[in-house]
Amino acid sequence: MKPLPPAGARPRIARLFRFQWEPAQQAYVLLYPEGMVKLNQSAGEILKRCDGRRAVDDVVADLEQTFATSGLAAEVTAFLGMAEEKGWIDWNVGAEVAA
Amino acid sequence: MSQTPHPLWLLAEVTYRCPLHCAFCYNPVDFAQAGPELTTDEWLSVIRQARAMGAAQFGISGGEPMLRDDIEILVGEARRLGFYTNLITSGVGLSEPRLAALKEAGLDHIQLSFQDATREANDLITNTRTFELKQQVTRLTKAYDYPTVINCVLHAANIDHVGCIIEMAVALGAEYLELANTQYHGWGFLNRHALMPSAKQLRHAEAVTEQWRARLGKQMKIFFVTPDYQENKPKKCMNGWGEVFLSVTPDGLALPCHTARMLPGFEFPDVRKQDLAAIWYESDLFNRFRGTAWLPDTCRTCEDKEKDHGGCRCQAFMLTGDAGATDPVCAKSAQHGLIDDALKLAAAVRNGQIVQPLVFRDPKTSRALERAF
Ligand code: SF4
Ligand code: SF4
Repeated sequence: MKPLPPAGARPRIARLFRFQWEPAQQAYVLLYPEGMVKLNQSAGEILKRCDGRRAVDDVVADLEQTFATSGLAAEVTAFLGMAEEKGWIDWNVGAEVAA
Repeated sequence: MSQTPHPLWLLAEVTYRCPLHCAFCYNPVDFAQAGPELTTDEWLSVIRQARAMGAAQFGISGGEPMLRDDIEILVGEARRLGFYTNLITSGVGLSEPRLAALKEAGLDHIQLSFQDATREANDLITNTRTFELKQQVTRLTKAYDYPTVINCVLHAANIDHVGCIIEMAVALGAEYLELANTQYHGWGFLNRHALMPSAKQLRHAEAVTEQWRARLGKQMKIFFVTPDYQENKPKKCMNGWGEVFLSVTPDGLALPCHTARMLPGFEFPDVRKQDLAAIWYESDLFNRFRGTAWLPDTCRTCEDKEKDHGGCRCQAFMLTGDAGATDPVCAKSAQHGLIDDALKLAAAVRNGQIVQPLVFRDPKTSRALERAF
């Protein structure tokens, strides 16, 4: 198993990637050198909140509030683990809040 | 055929001018005959049209794109419209002020082409003294927070130095290194017998690369692209003709593949005269080899046809004279013997039985040769 991110670490989109809404795809996408990943709706909603400011708990809370639901923590954590594995996100652990 | 997809890639080959003289250059051999370059406004219009059609990746290459002084403007507009912007450069002309301006304009990514790690071999194949400059440029791009992505073209004269090339990339702190064997297009085709490594050289280079991969792990990713002729496996040209990729030449011709301008019997659509959507969806050039319906018999009955669409059209034409033929790289092609012949000839050049000096790319030679490839 991979070690968990340090407590309070804030996920953010990795340097090589850009996250945006793509009108032609009607979807959120990740753009990277010479490629593009089209995201499904839940992946898009999670990554949209990975701004390097919010900790995982805050991302979960925000999603649960927006979609008036609960119990999303496991799904979000699993997705972020996969996203880190693919290099889409990394963790902001500094005291500084990313711009 | 199902609905035509929209392009995802716009490649702007902004100029054929280049301070280097690579013998493996994929630009057309007759590039000096090309018409006047598109103006800044004409490029901006192409960029806007492509984005409106749904393209999301914007690449700038050449020639050496930094020879134009409007790259910052093109990048700025592309980025503003939501393109992911990629600059493919030899690094010549990428000064600090220009890099700062490109960063400011929102340039996302830089790919540096780097010919070889040893100064001698580098100079032999690019015919200029640019090695030290490239080292400077890599340090500069790092300082501007770009990941260091290096592309190095391999060929018979440098492939034995692959260990040095990797070592150098590590020393420069590269995150990605692409070791791509020469693609035999343009000048690369003209010089192919002198550039083609032997099977033994290739195996050695791959083994060295494998060792480094194991050692470096995630620190640096290495991609190794084998030469087409040695693979017997045709590649799906441009990920499908007219499906993903739209390339525009310096003088404004829209092509489904950046080497397609030497194909005979086409009227190449001109972005100065037609809008991009009409070119993409309606032109004969973009429709001729779209999908798999047009495939020759050898391919039509083949189970791999969706995988490779019959291979590279330019290669089929350059080798067989018929752009609609099965790519002769494929072992099933009736003309596969052409590849064996080329490999034999290359071996004879390497052994010194046949002398084939490299022809370096430059405008004068381009005019004198009077040939497209
Ligand atoms: S391959 Fe070499 S000569 Fe050709 S455009 Fe690139 S840098 Fe210039
Ligand atoms: S016969 Fe045609 S479709 Fe089959 S592998 Fe060869 S090139 Fe591809």
